[in-house]
Amino acid sequence: MSDITADGPVLAADGTPLKRSLARAMRRQKLRALMLVAPLLIFVLLTFIFPIVNMLSRSVQNDIVVNTLPETVRALGSWDASSGQLPDEAVYAAFTRDMAVAIEAKKHTRLGGRLNYEKTGFSSMFRQSGRKMKKLDPVADAPFKDKLIDIHKGWGDVETWKVLQTHSGIFTSGYFLNAIDAQKTPDGVAWQPEEKQILLKLFGRTLIMSLIITGSCIMLGYPVAWLLANSTARTANLLLILVLLPFWTSLLVRTSAWKVMLQQNGVINEVLVWIGLVPDADRLILINNQFGTIVAMTHILLPFMILPMYSVMQTIPPSYLRAAKSLGATNWTAFWRVYFPQSVPGIGAGSILVFILSIGYYITPEIVGGTKGVFISNRIAYHISSSLNWGLAAALGTILLVVVLLLYWAYDKIVGIDNVKLG
Amino acid sequence: MAALTPISRTPLSFVLPCVALAGAFVGLLVGTANGAGPMGLVAGAIIMATIAFVLIISAKYESFTRGLTIFGFGAAGFLFGGLPILILSALAGWFFHWFTYWLFEGRYRARLLPYLTGGQVLWHYAFRIIAGAVFVFLITPILVIIPLSFNAQDFFTYTPEMLRFDPAGYSLKHYQDFFNNNEWQRSLKNSLTIAPIATIISVSLGTLAAIGLSQSHMPLKGTIMAILISPMIVPLIISATGMFFFYSDLGNFMENSLGLGKNFVGYVKVILAHAVLGIPFVIITVTATLVGFDNSLTRAAANMGANPVTTFFRVQMPLILPGVISGGLFAFITSFDEVVVVLFVGSAGQKTLPWQMFTGLREQISPTILAVATLLVIISICLLTVVEMLRRRSERLRGMSPA
Repeated sequence: MSDITADGPVLAADGTPLKRSLARAMRRQKLRALMLVAPLLIFVLLTFIFPIVNMLSRSVQNDIVVNTLPETVRALGSWDASSGQLPDEAVYAAFTRDMAVAIEAKKHTRLGGRLNYEKTGFSSMFRQSGRKMKKLDPVADAPFKDKLIDIHKGWGDVETWKVLQTHSGIFTSGYFLNAIDAQKTPDGVAWQPEEKQILLKLFGRTLIMSLIITGSCIMLGYPVAWLLANSTARTANLLLILVLLPFWTSLLVRTSAWKVMLQQNGVINEVLVWIGLVPDADRLILINNQFGTIVAMTHILLPFMILPMYSVMQTIPPSYLRAAKSLGATNWTAFWRVYFPQSVPGIGAGSILVFILSIGYYITPEIVGGTKGVFISNRIAYHISSSLNWGLAAALGTILLVVVLLLYWAYDKIVGIDNVKLG
Repeated sequence: MAALTPISRTPLSFVLPCVALAGAFVGLLVGTANGAGPMGLVAGAIIMATIAFVLIISAKYESFTRGLTIFGFGAAGFLFGGLPILILSALAGWFFHWFTYWLFEGRYRARLLPYLTGGQVLWHYAFRIIAGAVFVFLITPILVIIPLSFNAQDFFTYTPEMLRFDPAGYSLKHYQDFFNNNEWQRSLKNSLTIAPIATIISVSLGTLAAIGLSQSHMPLKGTIMAILISPMIVPLIISATGMFFFYSDLGNFMENSLGLGKNFVGYVKVILAHAVLGIPFVIITVTATLVGFDNSLTRAAANMGANPVTTFFRVQMPLILPGVISGGLFAFITSFDEVVVVLFVGSAGQKTLPWQMFTGLREQISPTILAVATLLVIISICLLTVVEMLRRRSERLRGMSPA
């Protein structure tokens, strides 16, 4: 429609051109929708997205070295590490001045802890030196080189200064390298010593166990979803309640239930011993290992597999199967060539959901997993609350988050977030 | 349901081996339990085949023989091993009686399509047994803990007294412990304080946002939706870690600069953290309800002179209420069940029920946990019922229900 008539532009009731009036109304509508969303969006951005981004940034942050030893870092800049010579007196003097300030603020032990992640021994070196260097006067007691080496022989080691120089940047890739069992050394990137290489194995285990859990959820969920989709409405509703009851039951209730079931004197072992399948002397070890984690988590995540499968299977008309059979297909062909391909979207949706949830699980592996059945999340929690290596925890978290977000993106493409259904 | 297929009696050469097979299986179990597996297998097959033969001969008196079989099996079981065995063997008697006639009279075909082949009928029942096993897997762990919570001992396992149905083996002491123990009561109170307030925050903000999101002119809809749903997708441990740093700074700020009480600040931190976690559920359920919402209703209300606020509360809200309530229940259960975030963000003063259970499970195993678990199962059954009723109501309102 043209907006120009013989008498000029079409006018709205208040005399403005219709086009402008409509545009203004549209703008107002958009603004109103945005206003409705704004409070929540700000709330989520502020208390969820921002904290996570902030936490993730810790994985590359390394300003503690520069902040604690600013003069030393500057003095070390001109030192050639490859010469194999100790730094000259200027560096030692700068270091003594920096340490005097740091000891005053009690920051030197934290720096020692930070550098200890890169080379074992730094923590005790800083602590011991700190105690003795307190007595040094940063002006009167010069020169410092021999005095410092006297205080701790570590200061006479070229390696020490090399490590300091390597990790003096504001940003570091050290934590990420640690997260994949490597480390940043003065001579470039190197693998961690053999006995410290556990994280890659843990990542691998997390992935493999999540895949096994997803696989067992598919195997167990498919028949149930099929039965739900092919029963009368009344039966389906009753059976659905059996699926939803575990879904609504507290996670800790279900985890403790599995502890009751799987332990040495648990229900499963008692029954097996009672019917004589297992001798009383060597009962099965079902808990505190990978098996325990897999069984408990399959149980916990199974409803998340069944529900998407069910909602997809509901839309497949049963007449298709009958048609295939009447055209001469065998039972198996009819299922495999006609029914199964149509149910694949349900399997895909359920699998991604279960995989995303299981890869980041913490509580259940912690309780039933022992040492062999824990996930990468348990390691992150350990570094946050016990070892206090927050940078490494953040690096591990970033890797985990990237994997999950990739899957989330795939889920959005395949299923669409708007199509997530609950209950 | 009326029978689809005319049924006829099947020959003995089919019924007897089938029953003997089932008998052999049970005999094997009973035999191994008593250290004589092969003998039990043979004896079970022979005994059951004989009983089935007798039952078939007296087919005219089906309901009489049912009572007789159950009683006979029960009595034998009682002589064999007392009360628990009596119940098991009476059930076995009922099953064998039913199974024999089910096969003999051809009842297994009664509800199936007439043209199915024998193999298809077999698969039909085998499939139901497989699916039934999965349902058993889903439900058993939850049912198992309920009787255990009445254990008179401080054990996590069934005691011989309990299996004998000896009243001395049961007690309510774990429930008494839960209701009298200060620590449990404080954690219950904390949970009941934190969860409702967090729910109110997520429901009120979430409903508004869902209404905004469902308008057709919403700019950047996909991005905003992704951000709002992200608390559900990001692994809890990562959210918890992020919140740990954020809320410890925020808490310090509130305590030192605003001079608020330490305990109060602790609650505020946990409540805000839980509110964020509940938001995706509210958004998802309310937007799902709004999909079926007829927008001409709001225009009609506006046309009749209602302002937006009146329109919202008098027209829109009553229609989307089921979705809002079930979203709220999801948010409530999320907070009520949450342990990772509260573990990181909260301090000892905000110890919630799941936290208390978590430490109980990890360190000192007290069966009080099972009493709490049973109470939580009951609560979840109530919540499930409410959500299910709401879902049906909203389907009915929108005319989507097939019934």
